[in-house]
Amino acid sequence: MEFKGTVHRYGRDVDTDVIIPARYLNTSDPAELARHCLEDLDAGFVGRVRPGDIIVAEENFGCGSSREHAPIAIKATGVDVVIAKSFARIFYRNAINTGLAIMECPEAVDAIADGDVVRVDADAGTITDETTGQAFTAQPFPPFIREIIEAGGLVPRWKARLAD
Amino acid sequence: MARPMTMAEKILAAHAGLDEVEPGQLIECDLDLVLANDVTAPLAIKTVREVSGRVFDPERVILVPDHYVPNKDIKSAEQAKIVRDFAREQGVTHYYEVGCMGVEHALLPEQGVVGAGDLIIGADSHTCTYGALGAFATGVGSTDAGVGMATGKAWFKVPETVKVVVDGTLAPGVTGKDVILHLIGLIGVDGALYQALEFTGSAIEALPMDERLSISNMAIEAGGKAGLIPVDDVTRAYMDGRVERPYTAYQSDPDAAFARVVEIDAADIVPTVAFPHLPSNTRPAAEARHVRIDQAVIGSCTNGRLDDMRQAAAVLRGRTVHPDVRCIVIPATQQVYRQCIEEGLMDVFLDANCAVSTPTCGPCLGGYMGILAAGERAIATTNRNFVGRMGDPTSEVYLSSPAVAAASAVLGHIGLPEDLEPVAAAADAE
Repeated sequence: MEFKGTVHRYGRDVDTDVIIPARYLNTSDPAELARHCLEDLDAGFVGRVRPGDIIVAEENFGCGSSREHAPIAIKATGVDVVIAKSFARIFYRNAINTGLAIMECPEAVDAIADGDVVRVDADAGTITDETTGQAFTAQPFPPFIREIIEAGGLVPRWKARLAD
Repeated sequence: MARPMTMAEKILAAHAGLDEVEPGQLIECDLDLVLANDVTAPLAIKTVREVSGRVFDPERVILVPDHYVPNKDIKSAEQAKIVRDFAREQGVTHYYEVGCMGVEHALLPEQGVVGAGDLIIGADSHTCTYGALGAFATGVGSTDAGVGMATGKAWFKVPETVKVVVDGTLAPGVTGKDVILHLIGLIGVDGALYQALEFTGSAIEALPMDERLSISNMAIEAGGKAGLIPVDDVTRAYMDGRVERPYTAYQSDPDAAFARVVEIDAADIVPTVAFPHLPSNTRPAAEARHVRIDQAVIGSCTNGRLDDMRQAAAVLRGRTVHPDVRCIVIPATQQVYRQCIEEGLMDVFLDANCAVSTPTCGPCLGGYMGILAAGERAIATTNRNFVGRMGDPTSEVYLSSPAVAAASAVLGHIGLPEDLEPVAAAADAE
């Protein structure tokens, strides 16, 4: 999978309460969740984000609540991939399970600036900052997790397994 | 002979059908219990329908509507109805309707549903609470929970374990909540990321179960995957008469390998407050007296149990809440609520001008029952103080123990029980 888009850059400990505040958790509708994505952290995000854009953040992205509404909301804004120095573990699982691409790459996070145009090859794990020309390689996923990603998420993988 | 293992590793190995596991290993495990609430269950139910249409065992799937029930609005009512209808359709035994329900992580230990040695996933991040009973319990998202409900299985990456040793004696007024806030302040909100925490030491052994549950509850606030406490006489006494299934007490081997050991002298822990906007932003409560508050919330899966209610009531007895403060008390389960009545705690709360609510997660996550306006400040016995957590994004939440929250409610600013004027003798004699 290849993605290319403009970077929205944030700091560390971006929690799931700011990704999608609980006042909107009385629904699971992706489009409605997307309308409020990150609004308590960056009220302008929803207005600026374009399909294909990329979120870059520091350590512990997605900490806090287990709400799967968080990766769902991000994906529904059109963001294809989140690059961070590290992810909170529940968010990490939720992103893989729901098909939101994530990459761990501290070097890229340090180098990429807000507004840069970045190209990502999720299969090869490469990240290229087209604005600066710098290239980086993300931590590869273990084969088992790769299987889930390649199946399109945990549910398709289980459906295939139960059909065998 | 298997390699020396931590209790977390032993529980995972046993549920994977393996003699041993090591950190970093990816394994598939059989689950004892899978739970979800009214916010996370609707998506998990969708997953169950996609995978198989049936839960793997109606006695091992737990559905607790607690976040936005009694229904806060029409959309919440629809979500709660999805959960109720599914529970009926599938014959889920552990479905708790309004009137029987409580905040899930207070309710399930109290009802004896969770026990030592269990492997539990829950679509709620505070599922780690059950570590206090010696279970490996961890929060997941709705898809993991839904697949778990349909198949009884989940994949895990075996975590390293961080051993926390709290030795010595906690000073009077220092509670389990202060222990966990102190630890999070020390290691940070990702101090145990991808790792399990194991809490040991003489100060932990001396704590009653309710305070142990508060500690394990907030393991996630350090990024932890689980927050285990070894089974001892306190655990057994708590489980006896509650847990009807056979349970297994796993202990870490003496020579088990830990990622690291964090040693804390109990005497160094004081009543602690976490300032906005991270649970790791901790300071001694004594250094927070300048913070004026508009609201105090006493309850939640962290501190809504009977001991918490008793500690709050001990401070509020004979006193009244400051006129500029709304104090909201939420016993976490029906049983705690009834006990508050039987022990006279409810009179104490009402005499103090507290609002007392039926069990709900409500204000903790900014759902309802105590939302903050722009710029307002609350002290809360809850677990998170992120931006906008309890309401408007410019509002602030300060986390504390029940006693500190109760004292602050009376003072109108953050403070300690010893800051309060002594209760008049007349009020005492009544």
